[in-house]
Amino acid sequence: MTTASTPDFPLGRPDGPAPDARTPQGADGGRTAGRGAFAGYLVYVAGKAGGALVSLGAVLVTSFFLFRVLSRDPVKAMTHGAPMTVAQQDALRHQFGLDLPLWRQFTGYCGQALTGDLGTSYQFHAPVSELIWQKLPATLLLTGTAVVLYSALGLWLGTRAAWRSGGRGDRVNTGLALTLWSVPSFWLGLLLIIVFGVGLGPVPGMFPTGGMSSGDTTGFAHVLDVAHHMVLPVLTLVAVGYAQTLLVMRSSLLDEMGGDYLTTARAKGLREAVVRRRHAVPNALLPTVTMVFINLGFVAAGSILTETVFSWPGLGRLFYQALSVPDLPLVQGLFMVFAAAMILMNLLADLLYPFLDPRVGR
Amino acid sequence: MARPVSPCRAPRRRPTRLLPAGLAAAALVTAAGVLPYGAFPGAAQKAHAADGTNGGGRKVLTVAVRQSVDSLSPFLAQSLVATTIHRLAYSYLTNYDPKDGHAIPGFATSWKSSPDKLVWTYTIRKNSRWSDGVPATAQDAAWTFRKMMTDPDAATANGSFTANFAEVTAPDPTTLVIRLKKPQADMTALDVPIVPKHIWDKVTDFSTFNNDKKFPIVGNGPFVITDYKVDQYVKLKPNKTFWRGAPKFDELDLKYYKDGDAAVAALRKGEVSFVSHLTPAQTTSLEHTAGIEVNDAPGDRFYALATNPGARARNGQRLGDGNPALLDPAVRRALFESVDRKRLVRTVFQGHAVVGQGYLPPRFHSYYWRPSAAQRVAYDPAAAARDLDRAGYRVDRQGRRLGKDGKPLTFRILCHATDPNDKAVSQYLKEWWAKLGIGLKVECLDNVGDPWLAGDYDLAFDGWSVGPDPDYVLSIHTCGALPATARSSGSTDNFICDPAYDRLYARQSAEYDPVKRAALVKRMESRLYDTGYMNVLAYPNAMEAYRTDQIASIETTPSAAGNIWGQNGYWSWWSAVPAASAAGPEGERPGGSPSTGALVALGFAAAVAAAGAVWFVVRRRATVDDRE
Repeated sequence: MTTASTPDFPLGRPDGPAPDARTPQGADGGRTAGRGAFAGYLVYVAGKAGGALVSLGAVLVTSFFLFRVLSRDPVKAMTHGAPMTVAQQDALRHQFGLDLPLWRQFTGYCGQALTGDLGTSYQFHAPVSELIWQKLPATLLLTGTAVVLYSALGLWLGTRAAWRSGGRGDRVNTGLALTLWSVPSFWLGLLLIIVFGVGLGPVPGMFPTGGMSSGDTTGFAHVLDVAHHMVLPVLTLVAVGYAQTLLVMRSSLLDEMGGDYLTTARAKGLREAVVRRRHAVPNALLPTVTMVFINLGFVAAGSILTETVFSWPGLGRLFYQALSVPDLPLVQGLFMVFAAAMILMNLLADLLYPFLDPRVGR
Repeated sequence: MARPVSPCRAPRRRPTRLLPAGLAAAALVTAAGVLPYGAFPGAAQKAHAADGTNGGGRKVLTVAVRQSVDSLSPFLAQSLVATTIHRLAYSYLTNYDPKDGHAIPGFATSWKSSPDKLVWTYTIRKNSRWSDGVPATAQDAAWTFRKMMTDPDAATANGSFTANFAEVTAPDPTTLVIRLKKPQADMTALDVPIVPKHIWDKVTDFSTFNNDKKFPIVGNGPFVITDYKVDQYVKLKPNKTFWRGAPKFDELDLKYYKDGDAAVAALRKGEVSFVSHLTPAQTTSLEHTAGIEVNDAPGDRFYALATNPGARARNGQRLGDGNPALLDPAVRRALFESVDRKRLVRTVFQGHAVVGQGYLPPRFHSYYWRPSAAQRVAYDPAAAARDLDRAGYRVDRQGRRLGKDGKPLTFRILCHATDPNDKAVSQYLKEWWAKLGIGLKVECLDNVGDPWLAGDYDLAFDGWSVGPDPDYVLSIHTCGALPATARSSGSTDNFICDPAYDRLYARQSAEYDPVKRAALVKRMESRLYDTGYMNVLAYPNAMEAYRTDQIASIETTPSAAGNIWGQNGYWSWWSAVPAASAAGPEGERPGGSPSTGALVALGFAAAVAAAGAVWFVVRRRATVDDRE
């Protein structure tokens, strides 16, 4: 049986025009072109990885100077209200290195960062990397689950909304998504807590009002306990977030719907659902994938408002606490992690594009 | 059969094919999520704890807290939540009487000072043991203080108490001797947790040791810290060998609620026993809820307007750009004659505050001072306008009050963007001072620290919590608290430097007679009031609430009308008595068995999962021909 195949990598050919990616390749030609394509892909990967490294370097420098404009004296802000003598405050400034000239602070910071040491938090007297590791899993679990769910939901609903654009389903779907998108997440979260956490009228309080776990459970019971605590915050994030995927997918698919290849597919006698799933949707995926990866990049940063309302012990809340002092090592470390996550996800999206659309990266 | 080929490219695996499976998985997760605690053994135990018991009928007191623990090391902790925990887990030389706050025996049973006021001798109690069984002695206290005196990292949190210590010795297990450089009045109010020497002398770096890795943490207070998860919970259990007697609850949990409304929801549901820092609206709402007792008591905080006195450093260098018109006592008096404090309490604080007068709040009876009728700046807008007219501040044709330089008087007020009270009071001030022809520019910032430290303000909203010993809040208005130079920083609050006030401060610092000292403190308050740079508007109440089906009784400080959370002592949680209903057997409490709603939700989730699976199978059959 002969099947048409799409090349795995873009077919770069220095001695002539690139073959049409939509043209099926013969067995031998495919093998030769595959080797060239692989080399081309490596060049493409190297370029993107280099760009990511340069971006990380820029973030490293920016984060040092950016947060120093927030406050003239972090020690004063941190100890306000505490009975501390001037000598104690000076000792803290010395301990934190804030009494050093700015250039020495900068070189020390760069040296530490390059060895993977993000410094020690002013507020928590603990290594920044330890604080981040403590809270990263909670954030990844909550925001990651929400992003996966709202991306899938938005993709699905967006596809259906576009396919029957203007219909009642489209109007209801899009209207509901836009309404939820406009709702402040902290307000929706509080409503969910009142209705499903505490219970309202005939609705019983089924879910915990906050936190990530009850504290005393282990093993599988702990997994279920955490899942129980996740329901309301995930629901909040999904409700507020799925509209963006829906709208991008809908718009992207609407652009594809006039394509001749769809008419051809229909002319072959394919059912409408198959035309949609196998031909239209794959071609409309690129913008949605970009957005999904951008959202995945934001996963590490968490969601300050949702984490606050549901008392979820994540990085978003930690960042807010760090900014309010400002706890410079912590805020710099978190900024680095958030930026690195975004850069990494962008890099992954860049590396994935050639697989989704072979024209990319040629 | 040849596979149909798309004109653009070969079809890929359908992403939507995964959706039914995803839906089914999500439904299963949801099913897990909606299952009541009681469905799982471990979770069931916790559910009871949250409702005042646990599976074994243990009585658990759960307190909602918001502030993060900065450190569990007594040498580093400064946050209120951490110092409150230390009050429960360690002993202090003295304690405060819950009735009126005077010093009473703690780790020390008695104390005396030498005639020259420079040597204090404490008798340490014989009946205190560390939670690991080792006797707690004067050696532990001496080691704690000496460590703070010799290691700057160990002095981070409480170094102000030992800065004046010359020598600390423990000649025998029940005697502690502290020699001072100069007299120090707060020697019966040393808020320093005493730590076990045999545990802490192994610590090498006090700047990073947070005391939060090994549990239970050895202490000799009424509770023992048994577990801690950052921003999730802190768990404490009674110290059965505590010399005053063990607490009555079987467990004290501090559980994190970062949002006040969510904490109130948890209280209503019964997931927590106690909530503090309520807003007036939350208090009003809870006052009408059955089974919840609201404690609306006089607070330990004052809420004031600081007026820039012409900020300067100790070397005389000027700081900032405070409006010089405020240096005229007539202007300051007129501004505050126009402020209707009673109306602010009635409207902004919705009645949950006491009208402000003297510097220290009325709950500290021995230090509370009120201005006499003659010196009181009473609300009188007409008198305010007359005062300004008399002082030469005339009004122009547009109704604007002109300064001595002929320019319209306009002041800036620095407010905290995160404090709704600041914003509301600002609006009233704007309105009241506009009637005098004076303009007001409200500058609400997230970080007021920078302009404040730089002296770049005319007026600013100010407020401090006061402890049983007022020394520190008095010290922040002395000339010695000013920054040494314009580029350094000091501990001053409002750049006040008044030699007459400083003389009184020095006298009270060396006065060991409580009555005479209180008289000196009142004279300081009087002086501060007359200078008009600190204008106390109100003393906000401490608003808190607890469930009466979980807590039968609990001690406030002061006993008559005081707060529960943030006491200078362990009284509230040590004294708390579980309600009879909190000790029911497993299954009798809410959450002990699956609720109808949860079962309905479980059924719904199962139905969604089944529907997803059916849909998946149908779709597979429907498209089998298309697939090959």
